[in-house]
Amino acid sequence: MSSPAIQVQHVSKSFGGHAVLDDVDLDVLDGETLVILGGSGSGKSTLLRLMMGNQRPDRGKVRALGRDLTAMTQRELADYRKSIGVLFQGGALFNSMTVADNVALPLREHTDLAEETLRIVVKIKLELVGLREHADKMPAQLSGGMKKRAALARAIALDPRILFYDEPSAGLDPYTSAEIDQLISDLNRKLGVTSVVVTHEMDSAFRIASRMALLDRGRFVFSGTPAEIRESADPLVRQFVFALPEGPLTERRRAGGYEVDLLNGAI
Amino acid sequence: MRALRVPLNALRAAIEFVGGMGYLFLDTLGAVRPGLLGHKGRRLGWANVWAQMVRVGVRAIPIVALVLFCIGAILSFQMVPILRNYGIQSQIADIIAIAVCREIGPLVAAIVLTGFAGASIAAEIGTMVVSEEIEALEAMAIPPVRFLVLPRFFATVVMTICLTVVGDLVGMGGGLVVSASALGINPDLYMSRTFDMLQLKDFLTGLVKAGVFGGIISLLACYLGLAVTGGAQGVGRATTRTVVLTIVMLIFVDLLFTTTFYVLDL
Repeated sequence: MSSPAIQVQHVSKSFGGHAVLDDVDLDVLDGETLVILGGSGSGKSTLLRLMMGNQRPDRGKVRALGRDLTAMTQRELADYRKSIGVLFQGGALFNSMTVADNVALPLREHTDLAEETLRIVVKIKLELVGLREHADKMPAQLSGGMKKRAALARAIALDPRILFYDEPSAGLDPYTSAEIDQLISDLNRKLGVTSVVVTHEMDSAFRIASRMALLDRGRFVFSGTPAEIRESADPLVRQFVFALPEGPLTERRRAGGYEVDLLNGAI
Repeated sequence: MRALRVPLNALRAAIEFVGGMGYLFLDTLGAVRPGLLGHKGRRLGWANVWAQMVRVGVRAIPIVALVLFCIGAILSFQMVPILRNYGIQSQIADIIAIAVCREIGPLVAAIVLTGFAGASIAAEIGTMVVSEEIEALEAMAIPPVRFLVLPRFFATVVMTICLTVVGDLVGMGGGLVVSASALGINPDLYMSRTFDMLQLKDFLTGLVKAGVFGGIISLLACYLGLAVTGGAQGVGRATTRTVVLTIVMLIFVDLLFTTTFYVLDL
């Protein structure tokens, strides 16, 4: 049994009085690929940002790589961030720099590598994501899938121990999305990193996950292997996993006080 | 209580704004040392600052020159008839030299740069917020203030000062051209009066102002750009607010400066 790379303990977070995460517990094990599932507004992006150290919880603790993120100084947090990599939804490449410069940026900032060595490292990272021949292009010249791959090369530039993916298949066509998923699995195997993926795309989730957790209204309602989630009898889990048009999730929306709303409007 | 809520909220927003700007300013000053002396890769690359200076200032030179030439000409046309009533029309040179160097040069250069630099910085940084680039910087442990704000701050301060020097010269030139060609003032007399009257301190107080104006333009633009929420609409809002707030703030700070210089007899 491997030790947890990240431990989220009794974490709550609210924005403007609205509880986004409510007493959440989660362990991310070393070397696994954990997929956090959830609909829009379920709190999964917030949870990701708490684990990246970009936000702090109102209550509870987030421990990562053996240290408490919630008690870190800015400098310690900067050290932690050098050991993680993040793939943002839109890639978040810097448009004024070439692909190679984007990948080189964290290396230039945080290492003392000589320029020639640096260029070699950049080439290796770009080769890993299959973009070596596009090194000198600007981000605007790349397709959506290529942007994601370039951003992934940047995320792994410093050989991170944990990789975070925010909706990796958002905005991609199905086969490009499958390609990115393949890349995520490959990198996980080749680099031996721990991966946390936030998504709501089930196809993508089944392709990459070694474990899945379903977040609903700020709480985890399921956690287990892909096989276990498929066999779950919980109607809410079933509705999410199999994209059923009827079930507790849609039921809840319908019970939003339509009659009351109508009657109030009539007065 | 309810009647108090509106002014209290406005007060809170004002305090938040001033506090936020102050914090950004201190952060920017704090970034100067690592930006100049830090680790090689973190240093403020001159190429980067130069690119910002070109983008901020170079294209603004003809506009500043044109505006100040016109202002010099306008001042001549307006003032010479009045001065002629007292028989001291040659003093137009003094008036224009003082007015342009101390006041109009820095202010007009700053206002033109608000349109050129302020708006584009706010839009650029706002777009970076929307596309998660700022968050990506933070996730890579690269402070956005050092990486984005410092080069823009530096470039805008330097370029406002440079543009003011250009503007001062062209403004006085505009006065000279109109006074000599249309208002019958001896150009040699105009020149010698200008050099006699204008003291170094007139020129320098203008440049000090220009530097501070440059700081205000870039910091406000960066601050409002970084505070963008809500997509493309938010970027548009930030750009408009930057231009409006900067112009108001420039004139207000100008008043403070002029009052201070007056009291200190500078």
